[in-house]
Amino acid sequence: MTITVTVAAVAAASRDDSADGALTSGPRPGGPCPTARNFQQKHEKRMSETVNESRRKVAIATAAVPGTLVGAAAVTPFVASLAPSERAKAAGAPVEVDISALKPGEKMNVEWRGKVVWIMRRTPEQTASITQVPANQLNDPDSAKSIQPEYVDKKTRSVQPDLGIMEGICTHLGCSPVNKFTPGELGNDWRGGFYCPCHGSKFDFAGRVFTGSPAPTNLPVPPHKIDGTRVVIGINPDGKEA
Amino acid sequence: MASANKGPSLFKSPVMQWVDERFPLSSLMRDHLTEYYAPKNFNFWYYFGSLALLVLVIQIVTGIFLTMNYKPDANYAFGSVEFIMRDVDYGWVIRYMHSTGASMFFVVVYLHMCRGLMYGSYRKPRELVWILGCLIYLALMAEAFFGYLLPWGQMSFWGAQVIVNLFSAVPFIGPELAVWIRGDYSIGDATLNRFFAFHVIALPLVLLGLVAAHIIALHEVGSNNPDGIEIKKGPKGNRWSKDAPADGIPFHPYFTVKDIVGVVVFLMIFSAIVFFAPEMGGYFLEHNNFIPADPLKTPDHIAPVWYFTPFYSILRAVPPLFGSQFPGVIAMGLAVMVFFALPWLDRGKVKSIRYRGTLWKSWFAAFIIAFFVLGYLGVEPTTVWGQFGDWASFLDTRDRATWAARFFTVVYFAFFFLMPWYTSRDKTKPEPARVRYHEHEAPAAAE
Repeated sequence: MTITVTVAAVAAASRDDSADGALTSGPRPGGPCPTARNFQQKHEKRMSETVNESRRKVAIATAAVPGTLVGAAAVTPFVASLAPSERAKAAGAPVEVDISALKPGEKMNVEWRGKVVWIMRRTPEQTASITQVPANQLNDPDSAKSIQPEYVDKKTRSVQPDLGIMEGICTHLGCSPVNKFTPGELGNDWRGGFYCPCHGSKFDFAGRVFTGSPAPTNLPVPPHKIDGTRVVIGINPDGKEA
Repeated sequence: MASANKGPSLFKSPVMQWVDERFPLSSLMRDHLTEYYAPKNFNFWYYFGSLALLVLVIQIVTGIFLTMNYKPDANYAFGSVEFIMRDVDYGWVIRYMHSTGASMFFVVVYLHMCRGLMYGSYRKPRELVWILGCLIYLALMAEAFFGYLLPWGQMSFWGAQVIVNLFSAVPFIGPELAVWIRGDYSIGDATLNRFFAFHVIALPLVLLGLVAAHIIALHEVGSNNPDGIEIKKGPKGNRWSKDAPADGIPFHPYFTVKDIVGVVVFLMIFSAIVFFAPEMGGYFLEHNNFIPADPLKTPDHIAPVWYFTPFYSILRAVPPLFGSQFPGVIAMGLAVMVFFALPWLDRGKVKSIRYRGTLWKSWFAAFIIAFFVLGYLGVEPTTVWGQFGDWASFLDTRDRATWAARFFTVVYFAFFFLMPWYTSRDKTKPEPARVRYHEHEAPAAAE
């Protein structure tokens, strides 16, 4: 209501202005000719009476709503262009590794889907240390919340106890933990394992995270198939691609 | 033709008068320079606004010349930076100016923000000036972060890895969000290319717009001063105008000349760094960043560049809650965003540190100490201060540095969140009627 009133007042004001203008600046001193006056009156009538606020609102809405939708739709290609390209999506094939040269106590890095995967031949002492770690020092001792395939042991997190295969990517913020294999290297009760240099997360030889680390879960174990000295990362033992 | 300006043209030259008839040049110069009356009691702390502008210009100019030889491609980026350093004539100077400029930008901006805290420059009527400043700070952090990936060294790569993974901690959409930001499943060529686009086009444009808005908003409300009192509310009339505040002097020539002194001193320090210590012992350019990015090996010790370390410390200090690292990310974000709320957290009767009471001064000192200690701890590994003994086995971590970071994180946030309480209880001193200035004080001393 208030808007209509204001518009009417503005229209009235402009009518006064135009009337003054018509009187003072008319072509003849006696005032505008009848035709001009008629035109003037018609014009004033149109200006004052035909401004229909609700119609104007409809016009604005019919222009603005589809305009906004089109504008939003126009953002789509820009947002979508930031997603991984088809080439990046295709680069996820399984990786085959020969581990015949891997000696006990050694670890090798393999790249799979842009991530580091560790393959580690654990010494008997290192394998034994996994069972010696008290469960109350671990966030997730039985890997209940962590990512690993069904076929790995939940404690040693491996198919063969001496062969540790896991993604070398800290579950905190994605750094790659470093080797801290020597017992006592990180305090007296350190049995050996991995240490994330970014935020100090500590893991045992099975990749299980110690309490007090910022990492919430154990290092993920990727799907893999062990075939003698040949390891394939990215497929399950039944040969199906993950 | 009618002038586009309010008032007479400032120029005698017909060419400039021709311009003035078509563009409000004289008006702009009056509003922002010759008839912008700034308080005459500005001190040392008031250099850093103009110095920030200077560094912005240095960064833009050196940045333009670096893009002429830099290649935003994962295979060539590292090599192209080394090419600039070794084979482009004077390329090393331009690169070191840019890398030193990045750190000096933060030095200057932190001092500029500290000035705002000390003298209450964020208080009414300057809330919007402060908010625009906080947005500039955010844009600057983004600009620095995107730029740090470009040399494609080890710290570039792993720093980006950590920060992008912060987004994967967002509940529900996190992992997809991180992939979308990277444009790949790990930091790669796609990430480098888009960070380059953000660094050289998107954010500089945003920064320039925000800087203009910051200055326009400041000149609308007028500058604060070390006494934290409004010169516009004081007596009127000075040598130049009977309506202008008596304690205001024209920005040009008085403060432009003062700022030139600051510029000269700053450039002496800046050049000394560029020529004698461009790496600044690993703080401005980290040693590991001279090793090409290796996605398979995280460096033994990674830390962000010094200007991010207080926030990085806060991130590290927060333990995972409910099996999620998101709370740490929230705390880090909040540590930056809380600055926006400052104008409404402060209930003090006075603005300036000169008239604040012991309570506020103690909290301010605690905040500054917390900021420095968190900054230091963010550079060092969590084991830097050793471990507590066996008695502390009930703690979730025995690293002393982690507990120190947790303590100072609490101090950092307490400074802000307890501010409504301690500022309203603070025993303040009475503010003077006019700004303190030696000419005002001379007669009082004679009496």
